[in-house]
Amino acid sequence: MNRMHSPTKMDDSRAVLNIIGLSKSFGSLQVLDNVSFSVAAGETVCLLGPSGSGKSTLLRCINWLERPDRGRVLLNGEQVGVSNAGVVMSDRDLARMRMRIGMVFQHFALWPHLTVLQNVMEAPVHVQRRPKDAVREEAEALLRRVGMYEKRDAFPARLSGGQKQRIGIARALAMKPELLLFDEPTSALDPELVGEVLAVMRDLASEGMTMVVVTHEMNFAREAASRIAFMDRGGIVESAAPDVFFSAPATERARQFLQRYSAAADRSLASS
Amino acid sequence: MIHDFGIVWLHVDLLVSGLANTVILSVSAALSALLIGALVSTVLVRRAHVAGHIVRCLIDVARCTPFLLFAYLIYYGLPSLGVRFDNWGAGMVALIVYHSAYMAEILGAAWLALPRDTIEAGHAFGYSGLRLFRRIVMPPLALNAAPIIGNQIIQIVKDSAFLTIIALPELTNAASAIQSQYFVPFAAFITAMLLYWALCLVVEAGVSVLGRMADARR
Repeated sequence: MNRMHSPTKMDDSRAVLNIIGLSKSFGSLQVLDNVSFSVAAGETVCLLGPSGSGKSTLLRCINWLERPDRGRVLLNGEQVGVSNAGVVMSDRDLARMRMRIGMVFQHFALWPHLTVLQNVMEAPVHVQRRPKDAVREEAEALLRRVGMYEKRDAFPARLSGGQKQRIGIARALAMKPELLLFDEPTSALDPELVGEVLAVMRDLASEGMTMVVVTHEMNFAREAASRIAFMDRGGIVESAAPDVFFSAPATERARQFLQRYSAAADRSLASS
Repeated sequence: MIHDFGIVWLHVDLLVSGLANTVILSVSAALSALLIGALVSTVLVRRAHVAGHIVRCLIDVARCTPFLLFAYLIYYGLPSLGVRFDNWGAGMVALIVYHSAYMAEILGAAWLALPRDTIEAGHAFGYSGLRLFRRIVMPPLALNAAPIIGNQIIQIVKDSAFLTIIALPELTNAASAIQSQYFVPFAAFITAMLLYWALCLVVEAGVSVLGRMADARR
């Protein structure tokens, strides 16, 4: 496979996330093929690519929700999923690594038995064992920030998708993560609700949160990303600054992908 | 007829102690069966695993055995294997083991019906093992399964009546003792029936509290 190596200019030791030679197969289907890339502190990297290209699997391998077959994931220099001795971590040790990585899910995955405020407070109090009063204050501040403070005592089932996703983001932020992962955070939303979620994500990006975002929102990627990683057939084919990627993609596959996208966008504009 | 109920009333202490024993049997059997059922269900949900198949098979046997026969087996049958219980021990073991099978089935099905993504979110946020189960899996599971668990607890209350055959002094046993001594079967049994109903109303009240909590979350 011809593959451009990502021109990561930064020193890898300063990277928040370092992925080295990651491979993953589901049965006979190879989903990730020897993927390497890094994310520096404060970067927002958008993973773009056609469906089935391995974006979500790569994201889920970062916190070992999918267990990679080969390769390493390093969070601030510490390996995720494998101990120093080179053996697979115990569930408890893996959990300790996972709580340093925030995650926002496509279908929100809020805990249905807890109120909005309880959802945000749950893991900081019960996993990180931080004092409840302090966590409550932080959680309320986060809910104000995503505009959901008024709904703090509601249960998730009573909220719109956009509201649920903003809570999903507040819940992830409450863990004070070193890295924040977004798995298609707006794909399950009605079109009119996408904006409110992207606005929160834009704020985070501009404040210097380190984020990896799997998305199909080209405008968000163009405006908010510090770098685009374009994936196709299980590998990162191209990695570039957004203005470069969108105006002059280096590979034929990226060009085709962008053409299909703009054609689809034109169609939806024409039909609306 | 009123006179008959008068006679039953004179022996209300017998009925009260029968009722108390029924409550003791039912409550301890329900709690133990829930606990054991929860443990067994963790094996049951592992469908591909051989242990899952074995447990499923055992549960199926238990479900197809009449409780009366099962109680006979524990009290009269086990001594020939050298395992001997007194009537309280046998009654308790029979109720707990028999209904653990049902509880495992109920909890296992409720577990499999839970949305996977909320549990996955638990993993992603650093939950594992017992804490994952206690904080993330159990609460929605209990809320969803409450009505069926409630039914099963009512079944436990009713099955405890069979234990009169091994001379356990529970409510049916007490009513039976009064009617046979004073020849007031209608009054004695109707009174016992009303007391069973009262017990079930308590269980149903508990279920409806949980049901309202579940509704608020749906």
